[in-house]
Amino acid sequence: MSMDAGAAIDTPAIEITGLHKWFGAFHVLIDINLKIDRGERIVICGPSGSGKSTLLRCINRLEDFQRGQIVVDGMLLTQDVRRVDAVRREIGMVFQQFNLFPHLTVLENCALAPIQVRGMPKREAEQRAMHFLERVKIPEQAGKYPSQLSGGQQQRVAIARALCMNPKLMMFDEPTSALDPEMVKEVLDTMVELALDGMTMLVVTHEMTFARQVANRIVFMDAGEIIEINAPVPFFAHPRHERTKLFLSQILP
Amino acid sequence: MEAPTVAASRTNSAAVAYVRAAPAAAVLPPLTTVGVLAWFKDRLFSSVGSTVMTILIVLLLAWILPPLIDFLIVDATWSGSDREACLPSPARPEVGACWPFIGDRLAYVTYGSYPVASRWRVDAFFAMLACGTAWLLWLEAPRRDIGAVYFFVVLPLASLALLHGFPTLGLAVVDTAFWGGMMVTIVVAAVGIVTSLPIGIVLALGRRSKMPAVRLLCTLFIEIVRGVPLITVLFMASVMLPLFLPDTWSPDKLMRALVGVALFSSAYMAEVVRAGLQSIPRGQYDAAHALGLSFWQTSRLIVLPQALTVTIPNIVNSYIALFKDTTLVFFVGIFDFLKTIEAARADPKWSTSVTSATGYIFAALVYFVFCYAMSRYASRMEKRLGVGENR
Repeated sequence: MSMDAGAAIDTPAIEITGLHKWFGAFHVLIDINLKIDRGERIVICGPSGSGKSTLLRCINRLEDFQRGQIVVDGMLLTQDVRRVDAVRREIGMVFQQFNLFPHLTVLENCALAPIQVRGMPKREAEQRAMHFLERVKIPEQAGKYPSQLSGGQQQRVAIARALCMNPKLMMFDEPTSALDPEMVKEVLDTMVELALDGMTMLVVTHEMTFARQVANRIVFMDAGEIIEINAPVPFFAHPRHERTKLFLSQILP
Repeated sequence: MEAPTVAASRTNSAAVAYVRAAPAAAVLPPLTTVGVLAWFKDRLFSSVGSTVMTILIVLLLAWILPPLIDFLIVDATWSGSDREACLPSPARPEVGACWPFIGDRLAYVTYGSYPVASRWRVDAFFAMLACGTAWLLWLEAPRRDIGAVYFFVVLPLASLALLHGFPTLGLAVVDTAFWGGMMVTIVVAAVGIVTSLPIGIVLALGRRSKMPAVRLLCTLFIEIVRGVPLITVLFMASVMLPLFLPDTWSPDKLMRALVGVALFSSAYMAEVVRAGLQSIPRGQYDAAHALGLSFWQTSRLIVLPQALTVTIPNIVNSYIALFKDTTLVFFVGIFDFLKTIEAARADPKWSTSVTSATGYIFAALVYFVFCYAMSRYASRMEKRLGVGENR
């Protein structure tokens, strides 16, 4: 069977093999190998500049890479525009800066991609958008513009917007880093609920409480390399690599 | 010495602790912050500098306005049939504007030498254009989608049939050599305004393209056209173009000027739009792409609506400049509005010392009305679109 036949039950959600990426002469991702099963929840942590966000952005091809291969849901990621779009349709992404479309209402933000990309009728797309806005507990904000919402509300809209595409996998790129402290919890709660529903999740975050609570495995990256992968309990209790120990000693109280 | 100080500060901090027991009552604002007096003080006399400015401006107005009003209204001539009415006489030593001259030549500066019997066609064109413009510009108008089709498809074709002629429908062909006055100015400006935005958008996107050939082509076009005065573009279009084309296919003189104006304004519009595109944060592209939107969907639905909104002042600025630049077409022998004023003021029938001034003031007023209307509309649009978008 070819790589593209896709979607057999035991196909991993993501399989990354020997991935290298350079920004000019700077080697930003070095020999990344990572397999994520369906329903798995992976938290990626590490110091800033370690390549965590770049890794996420390579998976849905927001960034180019030079060597190695990424297979998403059985589809090999190539240069081909149609293939890239097909992969992107299956991956929902939530950004640090929310990146809502400021000229569209909350409802329009959510309904846009299902209408334009999936060709869904407008009514159905809006019903769907309302369904997910209810799930992130802000249906009453549907008619407002993003700038009228708090940061936490905007990030929940961003989650709903990604869910409206019915993705098989959700990626979060530091979803709470740009939030005021009192709004972090509402976003994390939404993400926990998503995890409880069985969504496959790949989360870059510094929220170690969330990682303990939700992650199946924690990936620690530093200077473009994966240093250590482990389940949360041993990861926090007995970090094996020196750099992991140093990192944890710096961020944990 | 230290011990007492520490003790003192402790007592102080205990006294600083405070809990509000009842809500504070609202108090009416003092007279100096509301009402007419406050407005005057706030806007006109808030500081020494502003008081000096206020006085200077009042003096300036007192110096300029009375003679202007005298010339335009008090001393002006309001009726008459030839130059006699506007000549100074012992009874009327001061003669102001000669308005009957404008009244007499109004048809000429509106239609040029367009055949009198067919001028209703120009009027029909004006009416259709006015309807289409209002339909598009009035944001609450019903069925603006039909309005857009009407404006961008029906109107150009109908205008061509009406103005140039369509023998099958009994509309005799009127050669563009007979066109003139306001109708030419409006045709040139409308063609420039309607074509420059879409072409400019394509050029701006092309200049930011990742494909080197497309980028080079668009950049070359923009830089070459921008590096040359409009007059040169018009001369090239009207004089050099025929040299490169076969004798049998020589496009109309006005058509050549229209193409020149459209290309010229497109190059400028491209740079205006590019500035808007650059103001859109990368995160917007990321989010759109992550949702699976294609390049054209991202441009059309996410990037351009935002980029064009922030560039409305610059777009309208270009339109205003373009509207006034249409006067340059008279260099290639086309009688636009200003040129017909020029021709009319040289008419011996109305030759007086105030005819030229009257003609130019009238021209200035007409240009001002059009440009100011564009400016006002743009600022209203800005306010409207600004709602809910203050990032």
